[in-house]
This record gives sequence, structure tokens and C-alpha cells, in this order.
Amino acid sequence: MTPIQYFFLFTAGFTLLAALGVVTRRNVVHSALLLVVALFGVAVTFAILEAGFWAVFQVLVYIGAIAILMIFMVMLTRRNVADETYPEPFNDNMRLAFLAALLVFGGLALTIGGWDAARETMTVPLDYDALREFGRAMVSPDGYLVPFILVSVLLLAALVGAIYVAVLGNKSQEERE
Amino acid sequence: MSFFEDPIKFLAGLLQDLLVSLNLHPIAITVINNIVGALIVSSVGLVIVIFLIWLERKLAARFQDRFGPNRAGPFGILQSFGDLSKLVLKEDVVPDAADKIPYNIAPILSIAAVVLVWAVVPFSVEWIGTDLNVGVLYIAAVGSFGILSVLMAGWASNNKYALLGAFRAVAQLISYEVPLIFALLIPVLLARSMGVNQIVGAQDIWYIFVVPVAFGIFFIASLAEIGRTPFDLLEAESEIVAGYHTEYSGMKFGMFMAGEFLHSLTLAVVTAALFLGGWRGPYVEQLPLLGPLYLFLKAGFVYFLIVWIRSSLPRIRIDHMLDITWKFLTPLSVVLLMAIALTDALLKEFGQINNTALYVGAMIAVNVVIALLALFAASRLNSRQRRQIKTFEPRPLAVPPKPAAPAAASTSEEASA
Amino acid sequence: MQDNWLFIGIAVVIAAMLPMLPIAAARILSPHRPNRLKNETYECGMETVGDTWVQFKVQYYVYALVFLIFDVEMIFLFPWAVAYDNLPLLGVIAGLVFIFLLLDGLAYAWRKGALEWS
Repeated sequence: MTPIQYFFLFTAGFTLLAALGVVTRRNVVHSALLLVVALFGVAVTFAILEAGFWAVFQVLVYIGAIAILMIFMVMLTRRNVADETYPEPFNDNMRLAFLAALLVFGGLALTIGGWDAARETMTVPLDYDALREFGRAMVSPDGYLVPFILVSVLLLAALVGAIYVAVLGNKSQEERE
Repeated sequence: MSFFEDPIKFLAGLLQDLLVSLNLHPIAITVINNIVGALIVSSVGLVIVIFLIWLERKLAARFQDRFGPNRAGPFGILQSFGDLSKLVLKEDVVPDAADKIPYNIAPILSIAAVVLVWAVVPFSVEWIGTDLNVGVLYIAAVGSFGILSVLMAGWASNNKYALLGAFRAVAQLISYEVPLIFALLIPVLLARSMGVNQIVGAQDIWYIFVVPVAFGIFFIASLAEIGRTPFDLLEAESEIVAGYHTEYSGMKFGMFMAGEFLHSLTLAVVTAALFLGGWRGPYVEQLPLLGPLYLFLKAGFVYFLIVWIRSSLPRIRIDHMLDITWKFLTPLSVVLLMAIALTDALLKEFGQINNTALYVGAMIAVNVVIALLALFAASRLNSRQRRQIKTFEPRPLAVPPKPAAPAAASTSEEASA
Repeated sequence: MQDNWLFIGIAVVIAAMLPMLPIAAARILSPHRPNRLKNETYECGMETVGDTWVQFKVQYYVYALVFLIFDVEMIFLFPWAVAYDNLPLLGVIAGLVFIFLLLDGLAYAWRKGALEWS
């Protein structure tokens, strides 16, 4: 094994441990902070795989926006941040959830394991600029033009939905009261 | 190669020779080289910031017609070292209610998030920590750890004012990140690259002269990102004690303080690299040693602007501050980006992309038109809002007797009282 | 490329160590005499009343939500800007449509009052 493979294993283990911490912590804010650690581990994995753009994307979107949104959410709803009387993190559905997770993992492992392209080594020309190619493929008609536009429509829909739920829903509730 | 031609390369060569002569594994050599490089790059900012704190205090004092620090050393230049030793000797009070682990991580994170930016700052033609091909996005991404540290500090302190300060700070930081990233997108579009050094290399004409409005947006947004006046609500001492670091004392407070100054310097350097041509200047190709000099001169100019604004403007109210970013800077930056992309594409269609004079002229024209339109729209919006607000009627504290009221009424009131 | 990220990785470790040094030095050098009164939550000398949790405005959450959507959209524009030289005209227009839809979302948020503080 090369040093990079060792490092990959270390990162993967670290990420999994942090992810385990997310579901076992009682304190919800600690869970959210551990989630940030796990997401950072994923970003490191991307960096190891030389997917620099996605490593940065991971940090910027998942840590910079989604994790912060989650922490906000927790802090806005929790009655008391120092309260230690959090509910037990596991209930009777735990076994079922574990089974479902195992099934998903098995399915993914089987699919990727049986996919020849995953094991092929590809030679990339030295002057290949993956980032530029990605940008070009994203908006060219022979690439992913339609998904690109669909993504923007989807995000617009998400924005409209979010505003409806967060602002207008709140307003109509106030009016009812 | 002599020492004076390129000292960094010379020393790097020496180190390389030394490591090879020790018969180390090639991977170990790479790792050691990287460690040395990262150490140098990370400490540059920290060393400069010690003197910068003195300079800022001196400047702020001059703006307010004071002397500023002038006791420790010549011109008080050793003041920061005095402050540092005081902070080291101060007791570190950790409140009992604090959440210990996030409480201790937050100050470390706040410095680390800024120090990491220096890994992609180009100091001279080839002097750069590492020329990431996603450098600009990396700078933005590292900044999100700063936001996280604020939130962690505010929450872990378990103090109402700290949490309130953290919430305000995060609302401000994430809101201003939108125009900031849009303004970052414009140099990327012009240089066709996200690598910071490549952006500097592409600036035959400084981008501040090509896209002045983008520079303005970036500068205002970065003022808010570093939490300087007029956007210093996150630690508005007259409103919320000291904001998110109310409960911090001793060196941990010092870390937040140093982090704030370092953040200002870092964003000044990034501004200099992205809009003011970075290390570019006369004779820099022959003598790379001039590169850092030019870079820090330009960054110093930006820093001076920051201090100037700090000592001139009052704090902005939070609703106004959020209005500035969401209702003015964000739409402006989006429209500006569209206009610049369109102009660029049109010039390319007509085969005029290499005609520098036309290119720059068109860009400046687009910038000026958009800036004027934006200011016009803002003033229209403002006057409309102002008309909606009812005129303020002063309500006297002591109500004078109504002159029209008959005397009988007043006597009956007195009787009833 | 991997060398770049090795450098960043090492820089992450060093950047975390640098602030730890003065904090550790302060821990050794500074006095440590905690008492119950000193370690109370600081509220300008008043005794703390109630929980830290006070009713926060939901508006903070709305800003974070709008920011999230913008963040994702903006990042997709970066590769588009980098590849600008090699884009067909349709690609340029696609990017502009993308930005326009973003502006549309902003206009909607503005109109519906999601950007109002009060």
C-alpha cells in the first residue's frame, strides 16, 4: 500500500467515527458540530482523490451553509442549550434503521464492485485541465446543458418553497392567531 | 544562482541538497519541504500582524488627534509585544456554564481559518505556498470555518449576549458572503482561471481599472466580513457587551483579537492580489524580492482605507446593514456579472477580444453605466421608502394645557383629581 | 496536483498548531485561581435571569436559507467562468439564463418580504 492509501484509510475511519458520534451524542449541538467534522473528513477524501473543486465545494456548501443552517435550526428550536435532559438518541426503530443502512451499503458495494469502470485505470494527459473540461461540459449541448438548467430551476423552486414555509407560513399563522 | 537573485529559491535549493545528502526517502523529502514551506507561509501574516496592530493604533490615534502608543520603544513600536506579554500573563477565566470542548476549539479555529488563506497568496512571480487551481474558491471556503468559530464561541459561552452576538455575526457574515463571492467571480471570469497566481499574472491592467464596481463591491463586502466599522455589529459594545467573545479572557480572547486584525490584513492582501495586480510592478521579473514589497504596499493601501473608514463612519443599524447587502450589493453584483459576461462574449463574437483598448474601454463603460443605474435605483427606492414612513411628530414629555380648552373643563378635571 | 493538497493538509495542521502555542504558554504562565463568583456567566454584574435561550427571530434562519441556495448556485458558476474561452455561444447563454433565474429568485424573496428584518 502506498502512503496515500494509508492516509485514505485513516481519513475514512475518522469520518466514520465522527458520523457515529453524530447519531450517538445526546446534545444536539454537539451532534451538529460532529457532523461538521464528518463533512470535513469527506472534503479531505475528495482532496486525496485529486477532486479539488469538490473538496472546496464540500467545505463551502456543506460546512459553510448547510451545517450552519442546521446549527441555527437547533438553536432556534431547542429550549435550553445547557439542558442535559435530551431524549435518548435511540428508540425501537433503531434496529430497523440499522438494517436499512446495511441494505443500502450492501447494494452500493455490490453495484460499485460489479462495475468494471470502477476498477479500470485511466491515463489522463498531462495538460488535461479537469476543471475547465468540467465547466465546458456543464453548459455545452453535447454535455450536461439540460441538467444544468434543470438544476437552476430546481434551486429556484427550493428557494420559493423555503420562503413559503419560513416566511409566508409564519405570517398566515400569525394572522390566524 | 546567487542569493540576491532569488533568495527563496536559493534557500530552497540548499534545503533540498541537504535533505538529499541525508539519504532520506523521497516522500520524506517532499513532506519536509512542504512543512518548511507551510511554516514560512503561515507565519508571515502572524509576524506582520504584530506590527500592524501598532500601526493601526497609531493611525487611529492620528485620525482622532491623539498620539497613540508612544512609550514602549521608539514611537511605541514595541507596544504590541507589551500587550502580548500582558495577555499571556492574564488569568484565563472559563465560566462554569460553558461547554468546554467547543469553547476551547473556537479561538483556535478563528485563527486557523485566516492563517490558511496565506497558503494560496502569491508573494512574487514564483513565490506562492501552493498554486491551487481552485484558489479563489479555497479562500471563500476557508472563510466558512471563521463563521463556524463565531457560532461555536457564541454557543459554547452559554451567555445571552454572546449567543445574540454570534447570531447577529453569522447573519451578517453569510449575507455579505453572497456579494463577496459574486465579486470574486468577476476576476475569475476575466482571467479565465481560479488560481490566484494566474489571476495576478493575467492583470496586465489592474482589475480595479477594468472593473471598478466589482472592486467596490468586494471591498464593502470584505469590510463586513472582517466586522470592521461601519459593520461592527457583531461586537457592538454598547449593545451586546462584547458580542460572541464576551466570556473569553486572557490568551483565548487575544486569539480572537489577533484573528480580527489578521483577517483584515489577509483580506487586504487578497484584495491587492485580485484587483490591484498583486506582486506586479516594475522590475519584478528580474528581482523577485520586489514582489512582496509591491504586494504589501498595495495591501497597506487597502488597509489604510479600512482604518480610515473605521475612524470616520458610525455603526450601521442591523436592518439597514442587511438591506445594503440583500437589496443593493447582491442585485448589483449579479447584474454586473451578467453584463461583464455578456460584454466579454460579444467582444469575442466580433473577434475584438485581443483589442485591449476596446476591451478595457467597454468594460469601464459597462461598469459606469451599471453603477449609475444602481445608484439611481437605490435613490428612487430610498425616497419611496421615506415617503411611506410617517413624518415624525415630536411628542412633548410634559403636555402643555390645551389653549382651546375652556377654563371650566380644567377646573372640573382638577376637582375630579 | 496531489502535492498541492499535501501542502494544504500540512498547512491545516500548522495553522491549528500556531494558535495553540500561545494558549499553551498562557496556561503555564498565567495564574489559575477560579472561584464560583468569578466563573459565573458575565452579564455586566447583574445576576443571570433565566436560560441562555431567548426567543430568536426566525429571520436569522430565513437569511441562512436564502444564502444556502445562493451559495450552491454561485459555486456552479465558477467552472463556467473558468471555461469561458472554450464555451460555445449556447453555453454562454445557458450560464446567463442560470444567473437570471438566480436573480428571479432574489426578486421573489424580496417581493414576498423574506429579506425584511422586521
